[in-house]
Amino acid sequence: MAERIAVIGVGQTEFKSKNIELSQSELVNTAVRRALENAELSIKDIDAVIISNMELFEGLYLADTVLSEGTGSYLKSGMKVQSGGTSGSTCAVTAFEHAATGLFSAVLAIGYEKQDEGSSDASLRSISEDTFFDINTGARGAANVISELALDMLNRGAVTEEQIAKLRVKQSENASRNPHAHLRKRLAVDDVLNSRYIIPPLRLWHICPTSVGACAMILAPESRAKKISPKQAWVLDWVSIHGGMQPLVGYQGVALGKGPLGPMWAFGVENSSAKLYKRNGITNPRKELDVVEVYDMSTWNEAEWYERMGLCEKNGAGKLIDEGATTLSGDIPVNPSGGVTSTNAIGASAMQRIAEAAIQIRDEGGERQVPNVKTALAVTAGGDSYSSAVLLKSSLA
Amino acid sequence: MTDRVGIVAAAQTRYESSKPQLNNGELLFEVVEKVLSETGLKFEDQAEEEEDLFIDSIVSSSEDYWAGRTISDMSLHLELGAFAMHATKVCADGAQAVYHGVISILSGKHDVVLVAAHRKESETIGSVIENAGFDPIYLRPLGIDFLGAAALQAQRYMYKYCLGQEQFAKVVVKNLKNAKNNPYAQRAMDITVADVLSSQVIADPIKVLDTKPVSDGACAMILAKEEKAKKLTDRPIWITGIGNCYDAHYLGDRDLADCESLVNAAQRAYKMAGITDARREIDVAEIADEYSYQELLWSEGLGFCDRGKGGELIDSGATEMSGDLPINPSGGLLSGVPSGVAGMSRVSEAFLQLRGEAGNRQIEGAKTGLAQGVTGACGQSQCVIILSNR
Repeated sequence: MAERIAVIGVGQTEFKSKNIELSQSELVNTAVRRALENAELSIKDIDAVIISNMELFEGLYLADTVLSEGTGSYLKSGMKVQSGGTSGSTCAVTAFEHAATGLFSAVLAIGYEKQDEGSSDASLRSISEDTFFDINTGARGAANVISELALDMLNRGAVTEEQIAKLRVKQSENASRNPHAHLRKRLAVDDVLNSRYIIPPLRLWHICPTSVGACAMILAPESRAKKISPKQAWVLDWVSIHGGMQPLVGYQGVALGKGPLGPMWAFGVENSSAKLYKRNGITNPRKELDVVEVYDMSTWNEAEWYERMGLCEKNGAGKLIDEGATTLSGDIPVNPSGGVTSTNAIGASAMQRIAEAAIQIRDEGGERQVPNVKTALAVTAGGDSYSSAVLLKSSLA
Repeated sequence: MTDRVGIVAAAQTRYESSKPQLNNGELLFEVVEKVLSETGLKFEDQAEEEEDLFIDSIVSSSEDYWAGRTISDMSLHLELGAFAMHATKVCADGAQAVYHGVISILSGKHDVVLVAAHRKESETIGSVIENAGFDPIYLRPLGIDFLGAAALQAQRYMYKYCLGQEQFAKVVVKNLKNAKNNPYAQRAMDITVADVLSSQVIADPIKVLDTKPVSDGACAMILAKEEKAKKLTDRPIWITGIGNCYDAHYLGDRDLADCESLVNAAQRAYKMAGITDARREIDVAEIADEYSYQELLWSEGLGFCDRGKGGELIDSGATEMSGDLPINPSGGLLSGVPSGVAGMSRVSEAFLQLRGEAGNRQIEGAKTGLAQGVTGACGQSQCVIILSNR
């Protein structure tokens, strides 16, 4: 790598289901201004702007060009990237690469989604292997594949419904401490167990909301990062994996997680984190990491990802939940932010995982701060098993 | 630049007004297969020996709107070979995918990158998509598309610098004649300035022959860091400079007769490549002539001539095949290349020129080439790539 890089600023809007006060440009601009303030920089210090969103979700073609007033990209370098649920981390990784070249003094990465201006559900129905046969089923979207993953976890005895409810309570408690989170209501186990089914065993409270919001991060190469702030979150390494798994509806290899690649997204999460651990000599992630942020499209996914990220053994997720290991006061806190189950503005979600990891390293987590974080991991998932794993540290030593 | 990035292979489909026999994936497969078989490269997960050369990143360029589905690259993993490895999608012109590929290599994270772009313009109505590329509150209700915006730009350009429609027409005559030598071209013909001027007006002053036709096609190339590029081919073409830049979105916020984003993108690329006098140092340029006037306007932005002198440049004959700075020997976008693929196909053509493999459209002795890609209305987002065979 030409240069080592750091996150030197993070900014987020408040996330909610509707934000009719702000246009898309103003929404993005709010996050950008906060990130600049956090980094103690002005927009003049930024050389490149990378942005991500799902182009069909708010009905905006070439969002990077249309929102240039809000992003501050006027006469600056940059581009728009997208990869489904991982758009935000793909954007962050593209910004990491820009910063690492040493060609730019500071790079701004922005992920946003304004789902109140369009229909993400209608757009998601256009996901298909081919436009002739598969698209007509209309059975696309995430809920069906998540329910398959959940059934698989139940069938193999990895978790019980009560343990999943307990995990959801943990998610809600963390979110209630995060002023940016969307669903901030503190839940009780019974609230979760009594919520209605979406597709059994997936219940309403298990699943992420439809959110509106933006997240921005500022990256700088080492030569520049040190001059700006004593509180860097160094981006030590990152790995992206495209699982390339696109299950056809009814394809038995995928149904109930029995296919060679496991349930949707699992291949990506497992392999991106494994490759990152290997490259950085991490042999016991539960011990060696201080905090983990992971892309939990539902509570079930957070539990499955514990196993896939090596935080516990296969079928050990339930036990990990019962131990309270992943709560804020546990030995391996996961998703102090409240995670995606609490907040999901798609283009921002994956970036928020990395941003929260940086916030924790920089000791800026307020009520949700995990004490003394030196090493943080962010893992994202989306699309057809795209996943990025990012390792952040408080020092380069 | 600490490390150079080389292009080791490039492939284009033949561009056609429609390719109903191929879906998006099949279209892409044609070009990906070509660059793979030419280099013998495998993908990361197929590498067996440590010293095996393999592709470790894929950057594709496509857009959900044009693909008619969300996450447009998701259905293309088989054709791209994206299994268990890094893959990214750029939602912009294909030149930006090349730019991203270069950044990936310069970051030290990746060594060999497959870049690919495809689009089937025939399967949808472009003007409806382009309308969604404008601010939804003030601009979109006007019904404006990129053609309408281009007509405003052409009018402003003519007015500010006293250019004539005949000069725009000369670009069409030159490029469609050049296209006769390009086996990939969709549209090639001998026509006269009078033919162009008398073709149907579609948005004054733009006439139907002043615009690129609806087109389907794909392009792919392999980029590699210097040491690996030399192992992969005896004749790598080096990318010595890259630059990109955004202009303001609202058309009224810019002087459309100037192209500040292109000036900045070009300066960034020239600085990186050590070019001080573009007119003298560039031997061949492949630029984004989606509309005929743009070849002249972009020539100014690229520093090939002074501001407002684009008309004199075409009048002088300098940009003809036989001139001292041939522009678009391939026939350019006017000969038919889909938007989105456009910039990558420009890089591909420059690659062929510098390799001496451009057949009948070869510019003898070309050593330094320039390729340009444009995204958004009136060239709001610009990308410039400098190539060299030395």
